[in-house]
Amino acid sequence: MAKITLDNLAHSYLPNPASEDDYALKELNHDWDDGAAYALLGSSGCGKSTLLNIISGLLHPSQGRILFDGQDVTHAPTAERNIAQVFQFPVVYDTMTVRDNLAFPLRNRGRDEAYVAERVQEIARMIGMEDMLSRKARGLTADSKQKISLGRGMVRKDVNALLFDEPLTVIDPHMKWELRTQLKKLHHDFGHTMIYVTHDQTEALTFADKVVVMYDGRVVQIGTPEELFERPEHTFVGYFIGSPGMNVFPARVEGDTAYIDGSEVKLAGGYAAIDGKVEIGVRPEFARLSQTDGLPVRVHRVEDIGRHKIIRAEVLGHDINILADEDEHVSADMNRVTFDASHVNVYANDWRVAPTGEAA
Amino acid sequence: MEKTVNQKAWFLVLPVLLLVAFSAVIPLMTVVNYSVQDTFGNNQFFWAGLEWFSEMLDSDRMWDALGRQLMFSCIILAIEVPLGIFVALNMPKSGVWSSLCLVLMSLPLLIPWNVVGTIWQIFGRVDIGLLGYTLDALGIDYNYTQDTLAAWITIVVMDVWHWTSLVALLAFAGLKSIPDAYYQAAKIDQASRWKVFRYIELPKMTGVLMIAILLRFMDSFMIYTEPFVVTGGGPGNATTLLSIDLVKMALGQFDLGPAAAFSLMYFLVILLISWVFYTVMTTLDKREG
Amino acid sequence: MTLELRNVSKVVEGQTHIHPTDLTLEKGTMNVLLGPTLSGKTSLMRLMAGLDTPATGQIFWQGEDVTGMRVQDRKVAMVYQQFINYPSMTVYDNIASPMRLLGIDKSEIDRRVRENAELMKLTTMLDRKPLELSGGQQQRCALARALVKNAGLVLLDEPLANLDYKLREELRVEIPKIFEASGAIFVYATTEPEEALLLGGNTAALWEGRVTQFGLTPQVYRQPADATTARVFSDPPMNFVQIAKTGSSLSFGDGRTVPASGKLSELPDGRYSAGFRPNHLEITQHVADAVPFNTTLTVTELTGSETFVHLDHHGERWVGLVHGVHDLSIGADLTVWLDPRHIYIFGEDGKLIAPAAYALAA
Repeated sequence: MAKITLDNLAHSYLPNPASEDDYALKELNHDWDDGAAYALLGSSGCGKSTLLNIISGLLHPSQGRILFDGQDVTHAPTAERNIAQVFQFPVVYDTMTVRDNLAFPLRNRGRDEAYVAERVQEIARMIGMEDMLSRKARGLTADSKQKISLGRGMVRKDVNALLFDEPLTVIDPHMKWELRTQLKKLHHDFGHTMIYVTHDQTEALTFADKVVVMYDGRVVQIGTPEELFERPEHTFVGYFIGSPGMNVFPARVEGDTAYIDGSEVKLAGGYAAIDGKVEIGVRPEFARLSQTDGLPVRVHRVEDIGRHKIIRAEVLGHDINILADEDEHVSADMNRVTFDASHVNVYANDWRVAPTGEAA
Repeated sequence: MEKTVNQKAWFLVLPVLLLVAFSAVIPLMTVVNYSVQDTFGNNQFFWAGLEWFSEMLDSDRMWDALGRQLMFSCIILAIEVPLGIFVALNMPKSGVWSSLCLVLMSLPLLIPWNVVGTIWQIFGRVDIGLLGYTLDALGIDYNYTQDTLAAWITIVVMDVWHWTSLVALLAFAGLKSIPDAYYQAAKIDQASRWKVFRYIELPKMTGVLMIAILLRFMDSFMIYTEPFVVTGGGPGNATTLLSIDLVKMALGQFDLGPAAAFSLMYFLVILLISWVFYTVMTTLDKREG
Repeated sequence: MTLELRNVSKVVEGQTHIHPTDLTLEKGTMNVLLGPTLSGKTSLMRLMAGLDTPATGQIFWQGEDVTGMRVQDRKVAMVYQQFINYPSMTVYDNIASPMRLLGIDKSEIDRRVRENAELMKLTTMLDRKPLELSGGQQQRCALARALVKNAGLVLLDEPLANLDYKLREELRVEIPKIFEASGAIFVYATTEPEEALLLGGNTAALWEGRVTQFGLTPQVYRQPADATTARVFSDPPMNFVQIAKTGSSLSFGDGRTVPASGKLSELPDGRYSAGFRPNHLEITQHVADAVPFNTTLTVTELTGSETFVHLDHHGERWVGLVHGVHDLSIGADLTVWLDPRHIYIFGEDGKLIAPAAYALAA
């Protein structure tokens, strides 16, 4: 187990990057705490796989250093880093039995057979494959194979970190539940440092203590699921986390009031003068239809999705999504919308602005 | 998948059926016809029953030829398969060099058999051939027309030169289909180069290698032109392989009956071996699936 | 335009993939085939398209028997889970290709390509090749090609399954709009209940090759005809608890009894299976007459705004979906609450006896 430090790290796939746009991964400083579970979340092409490959040593960064427990491993080869990785597609050694697959990393490191046998048994119990140990890996289902990859990653007790690269992509939906659950439990029981790359918010939020949201080669927010939901630091986080994503409106902010095209929206705190593109963001969960109060709204359609309703509407010329409870009645005369002031966030050039008095 | 049924499609197959009938079935029947009769010229034929078959089975000549044939096929497989894999493993995986390699390696495959034979026939000659002359100049006693071993080495090397590319290309295709993740996982597992080959590369190549072995075996088992051009089956009968012997018997000595019986048995042997290969391959496939 | 399946079934190598099915799809409707993997969605679609011949039964298109007709002669378009486009053609040529096969004249082709490209937000990408596009754009290109034919029947086989979830969210909103503009019969296969609800229209719930229920989507959702449909049309699946009614009290198998109220009081005495959706479980007492259950928390999972709680209730595995992000400790005892108005009553044979009270009101 180790603390992983990224020091001034950046990477470009071009030989001579000229501008910031040429970087697939923009400059980054971060400590990954020992024993914590992180998720790297973002859409495809945001740089999350680049970052993972730099940590695993499959890629050497064009700038900066990477340290494991304070020791510089920037140029160390993968084999020396003592990490384990689970890939998008299950990697198993087809001709070997499940037992030999699990024993492979230990035998390669010359551990004695008694220890290997004991460890393999232990891991097989953890991943629930004790009764399949003598079977050939070929012909097993994708989720069993992925469990073997996972087990192979955990069989060494001394790994510095376990890395996952979208490991549930090829797994059947109903099996995803089970594997996700199992992963979480394994982290709970063994406390490895884990880094999990995904584009699926449920996977990320479920798995991780801290979610690292990436956008366009940059880390836009690192936070707990609650923080990402309630205080998105960047409009992208607001959009990406939650379904539907956060509503964003261009606005003018003066003190504790925002104005959308001149209409007033109350804010929870006061704000100093803000430069640049100013917007306010409200999650659909914190918007509510009303007959009497708030901004005028035109409802386009109400989608009943069972446990709640999504109201697709237009407020002052901007599209808005509003969530209503399953048993909440939406009547035709509800032509106004109110926002929960404590959940209205203010953004300048897409980055959140803290109200005066909020601890940074 | 079920489709809407009508019978029109059969007409589309008809030309091929006719072609196969004329090119294969009728000649085969002619051979069957010869194999059970005897002739003394003048188109007079006498019923001979299975006499030719039993004669051929008792003749040392056929068994010797079969022995030589099996030895030849086994030797070239034993060389070409490992060599082909070795070449494939060491080929550049992508880029210009990879394409260049592929083109260079395809070249021998495009040369007609008799040309290959002629090339080696001249190449190996002690008087004007580069190889033969060089070896002779180095004091090595090499003469494929006189020495059995030299003759064998020549035809084996020729076949290896001609066909190793095929095995290499097939193995290369197998290697290319292995996702990068496997190699990365192996690095992480600290697997040695040998283990990467043994547990990742070889299993992924099994399918194409089976095809390569089948193709090379069948082809070498029926080989005629190349060794015939180089050695003519000599010295003595040292390189008289099955097909060379067959042609000698049928056209050289005009023993149509025994030759026909011989070729039918030859045909059955090839059919049998193909069947064995086919069965082995399909069961392998099933095991993988 | 209607598509009618009469007693249609499909058997492959002695295995029944589709049990005899009757289904009528009306002109201009969106029809969702909802079921887990291997429940027969694709088999049923292939029968509708004419790609497969049914083992029994007939298929009628506008009243005409088209059972044996080739797929080329039917007005059918299909979109698959994989993004299938011609890689060497531009987006424009991809969209135009089905019309060129029909020999439609150039100006008309151009007009329709541009119209559909506009609808699919592909106008700026018409000159590009499919592989230069993102997954979502590639699938929109495939959708445009399917729509441009003006086919009367458009079959979509899990078209969004291979996309990032945010793109999926966007296209889910767009597809009903496109559908409204086209007037064709849409058939849309999905494994996800939420997708079915978002698309609206009608839903056929499928389970092991049988259509368990067909009707208006919200109605199938709120009033499932049997426990199987309820299970299929709920993600995570509906939870069940065995109950017994004697006189005016209900017992929940854990030794507790509660007075039967409302609809439940009208049930004859006997044993029943009570079902309730994960989102109706609460971790606080939200209404006065809520029924408490003592459970053990086995796992929690978080979506952006909600928490899944996996519970063990005396050996039964339940899942609850509660609002907000909760940090609960695994392995702890947790009391969960259920409003009796959210309980569905199924008989021992699985048939619905009484829908939940709230469902009748909604």
